[in-house]
Amino acid sequence: MRNSKVVSLEEAVKRSGLKDGMTISFHHHFRGGDKVVNLVVDKLAQMGFKDLKLAASSLSDVHKPLIEHIKNGVISGISTSGLRGDLADAISHGLMKEPVVFRSHGGRGSAIAKGELKIDVAFLGASSADELGNACGYSRSENAKSICGSLGYALPDARYAKHVVVITDDLVAYPNMPMSISAADVESVVVVDSVGDSSKISSGAIRDSKNPRDILLAKQAAKVIINSGYFKDGFSIQTGTGGASLAAVKYIREEMLSRGIKASFALGGITAHMVKLHEEGLIGKLIDVQSFDKVAAESIKDDPMHQEVSAVEYASGEHPGSATHALDIVILSALEVDTDFNVNVLVGSDGIIRGAIGGHQDTAADSALSIIVCPLLRGRIPCVVPHVTTLITPGKSVDVVVTEYGIAVNPARPEIAEKLKEAGLNIVDIKDLAAKAKSIIGTPDPLPFGDKVVGIVMNRDGSVLDKIYNILQ
Amino acid sequence: MMFVPGNNPGMMADAHIYGPDSIMLDLEDSVTMAEKDAARLLVYNALKTIDYGSTEMVVRINPLNTPYGKKDVEAVVKAGVDVIRMPKTETADEVRELEAEILKVETEIGRVGETRIMAAIESALGIVNAYEIATSSKRMMGIALGAEDYSANLKTNRTPGGAELLLAREQIVVAARAAGISCFDTVYSNLDDMETFRKEVELIKTLGFDGKSIINPRQIEVVNSVFTPTEKEITKARAVVAAIKEAQAKGSGVISLNGKMVDRPVVLRAERTIALAVAAGVIDKEEVL
Amino acid sequence: MKEAIAGTLESGDIMVTVGPGKGLEIELQSSVAAQFGRQIKAVITETLEGLGIEDAHVQAIDKGAIDCTIRARVTAAAVRATGKDVWKD
Repeated sequence: MRNSKVVSLEEAVKRSGLKDGMTISFHHHFRGGDKVVNLVVDKLAQMGFKDLKLAASSLSDVHKPLIEHIKNGVISGISTSGLRGDLADAISHGLMKEPVVFRSHGGRGSAIAKGELKIDVAFLGASSADELGNACGYSRSENAKSICGSLGYALPDARYAKHVVVITDDLVAYPNMPMSISAADVESVVVVDSVGDSSKISSGAIRDSKNPRDILLAKQAAKVIINSGYFKDGFSIQTGTGGASLAAVKYIREEMLSRGIKASFALGGITAHMVKLHEEGLIGKLIDVQSFDKVAAESIKDDPMHQEVSAVEYASGEHPGSATHALDIVILSALEVDTDFNVNVLVGSDGIIRGAIGGHQDTAADSALSIIVCPLLRGRIPCVVPHVTTLITPGKSVDVVVTEYGIAVNPARPEIAEKLKEAGLNIVDIKDLAAKAKSIIGTPDPLPFGDKVVGIVMNRDGSVLDKIYNILQ
Repeated sequence: MMFVPGNNPGMMADAHIYGPDSIMLDLEDSVTMAEKDAARLLVYNALKTIDYGSTEMVVRINPLNTPYGKKDVEAVVKAGVDVIRMPKTETADEVRELEAEILKVETEIGRVGETRIMAAIESALGIVNAYEIATSSKRMMGIALGAEDYSANLKTNRTPGGAELLLAREQIVVAARAAGISCFDTVYSNLDDMETFRKEVELIKTLGFDGKSIINPRQIEVVNSVFTPTEKEITKARAVVAAIKEAQAKGSGVISLNGKMVDRPVVLRAERTIALAVAAGVIDKEEVL
Repeated sequence: MKEAIAGTLESGDIMVTVGPGKGLEIELQSSVAAQFGRQIKAVITETLEGLGIEDAHVQAIDKGAIDCTIRARVTAAAVRATGKDVWKD
C-alpha cells in the first residue's frame, strides 16, 4: 500500500530519533503474557542504547529480564503503577540507583497529559493494526492471536508521546476499524510473530471462589452496598477482580433482581461477571479501561454499549470529564489498612514490593462510597495494622473496611455507620480490629529497612505521598 | 454445629467467623491413627488459646475402648471444652463410663460438673437404646444421629430422600423430647447439591430436630434460613406472648387471644418461635423480655 | 531421643522436626521470619523448656502458624522424639 508505515523494529527505532537518556513507554494490557517490553528493550540494548527511562503503565513477573538491562545501564529509570516477581524483589533490595516512581492509572494519565511525564517514544503492542497504524486490542481477522480488549492505558501514550510505534502480530487490511489508536498518532508499524502469550493475557472465565472466607467477605460487602443508601436505580459501580469482589457482584445481582434496581454503568477493569449483568439488562453501559478476560474482550469488540476509555478519561483527578467523578460505589482490596483508614496495596508485609496502585487512589478519592474488602489476617500477616508500611490511598478517601471480624466505618461518614447499624451489620471500631489482629498473632517486629530510597509513591495530583526504602536481608 | 477436622490448624483458627451456633472439633473419623496424638495437642492448644466468642465448643473424642479415648478426655476437659461428643454410643453404661472419666479429670483440675456430654447414636442398637442414652447422665445435653455408620449397620445406603433414616430420626427426636434434652441431625456431605441439602434441613425441622450438623461454612446460611421463623410466624408468636403477659397481669390462668382461648401447646410453640427468632438474630432479646 | 516430625506444610500450619542436639538449636524457615521469627523461636524454646528438654536440634518450616499451633506441633514432635507423653496412660 502507498504510505505504508510498516518497517522493522530496528528501522522504527532509528526513525524515532531515540537517544540515550530519553523516555520510552509501554502499556500492560497483555499482563503476564506481555512480550513487547522484553522484545523492544532487548533490541534497544543490542543497538547500544544506555540510560533509558522506562515509563510503563505497569510491569509484572514476566519482565524479569529487565534486571539485566538495569545492571547493564540500558535502563536507568522506571515509572509504573506496580511491580511484581523477581524484578520487584531486586528493586526492593536496591537494584536501581534512581528510585522507581509509582503512579496510579489516573495519576499517570494526568502526568502524561500535563507534560509532567514526557514520553519520547511509545512502543505500543496491539492485537491488530493496519499498515498505517490504526490499531486495537482485538481483531476481526481470522489470524487473531493475542487479544486483550481495551487499550485504555495505551491511549494517553498514543496521544501525547512525541513518537509512536505500533507493534502487532496481526497486520490486517486497511482500514482497521473501529480502532482504538488512530493512524493519525502513529509513526511506524512493526509486525512481529507474537505480542503476547494469549494463555497468560487473560484467564478464560474466572471461576467463582469457593473459599468460604471470600464468600463471607463478599456477602458482607454486598450487604454494605445494599444498605448504604447508594443502592438505588441508576447507581454506578466498580469492582476489582479478587475472589471476594467478584462474589460480591453475584449477591448484588440477586438484590438488583429482587428489588428491580438497575445500574447505569460499571467502570474500570471489566470482567465476564459485569458483562453478564450488562447483557441481562441490569447494567446499562460498560466503561472499560482494561478487559480482564476473554468474555470482556469479545464484548468490547461487538457491543456498542461497552465503551473503551483512556486512563485519563477513566480516572484523572483533574480531567473534568473523567468517569470516576461520576462513580457511586467502588469495591477495592488492600494488603494493609491502618487505624486511620490509610491503605497500602503496593508493599508486602515483608517490605518487598508486590502489587500495583492501579486505580485504587483514583476511585477511592472520587467515588461516593469506597469499600475496602480484606481479611483481618492472611495466615500470620495482619491486614488491619496501626500504621501502613507504605501509604498509597489516604484514609480520607476510604469510607468502609469489611473484614471477617466486623465492618469498620470511617468516623468521617457517621451517616453510613448509622444506616449499616440499622440494617443489623456488625459495625466495629477499626482500632478494635487492629487489636483483635494483635491478640491473635502478636506484635510484629519492625521491618529491616535500609536508608536508600527505592521507590516514590505519587499522589494522583502529582505530589509525593510516601517513599519506599530498600529492604535488608 | 459445624464439623472441623481436628488436625487442620488453618480451619480451626477462624471457624467461628462464619457464625455457627457450635463448632465440633473432630479427633475421631477425620484424623488418621498416626495423627491422633498431634490432633489432640492441636485441639487442646486451640481451645485454650483461641477466642471463639460465644460459640459453643464441642470436641468429638475417640471411643473410650480405643487407645486414644481417655487421653482425649483428659486433654479436652483440661482445655475447658463445653461439650464432649461421644461417638458410636450404644448403651447408657458407656455414657456412665465417660462420665466417670470426665469426673476424674475435673476433680484433678477443680472444675467439677462443667463438662457436658452429647451422645452420637450411629447404630441400630444405639437407636433402640436412645431414651436410656438420653437419660443416662445429668451432663447429657443432647443426642445426635450419625447416619453413615447407622445406614451401614442397617445394611443399606443413604438416599437423597432419607427413607432409611426415618425411624432413627424420629426415635432420636422422641427420646430427646422425653428426656428434655436437645437433638441434632446428621451431616449432608455433597456440598455441590444445596437443593437436596435444603430439602433435608426442611425435613428434619419438620421432624422436630433442634439443629443440623454441617461440614462447611457454605451450609450455614441454608440451615439458618430454614430454622429462622418467618415474619408472619413471629408476629403471631408475639401476639400469643403478649396475651400470656396480659393474663399474668390479670392473675388469670386462662390465656385468650382474639376472644379465643389459647391452648398450652400454642403457648409453647409461640415461645419456641420467639426463642428461635432471638437465636437467629432476627429480633432483639430485650424486645421480648 | 530420636528424630521425629509433626505438623504439615499446609497454610496456617508449621512442620517441626525435633532431634538430638546440644543445647537448643533452632533452624527456622518462614515467610514471616522478618516480623515474627523472633516470636516463633521464643515459642519453640518455651515449649521445649516446659517439657524439660534442654538439648535438641529443631528444624521448623512455618506456613503462617499462630502461637497455639506452634506450641501443639513442637509438643507433638517432642513427644514423638522422646516417647514421653504429656497425658496420663
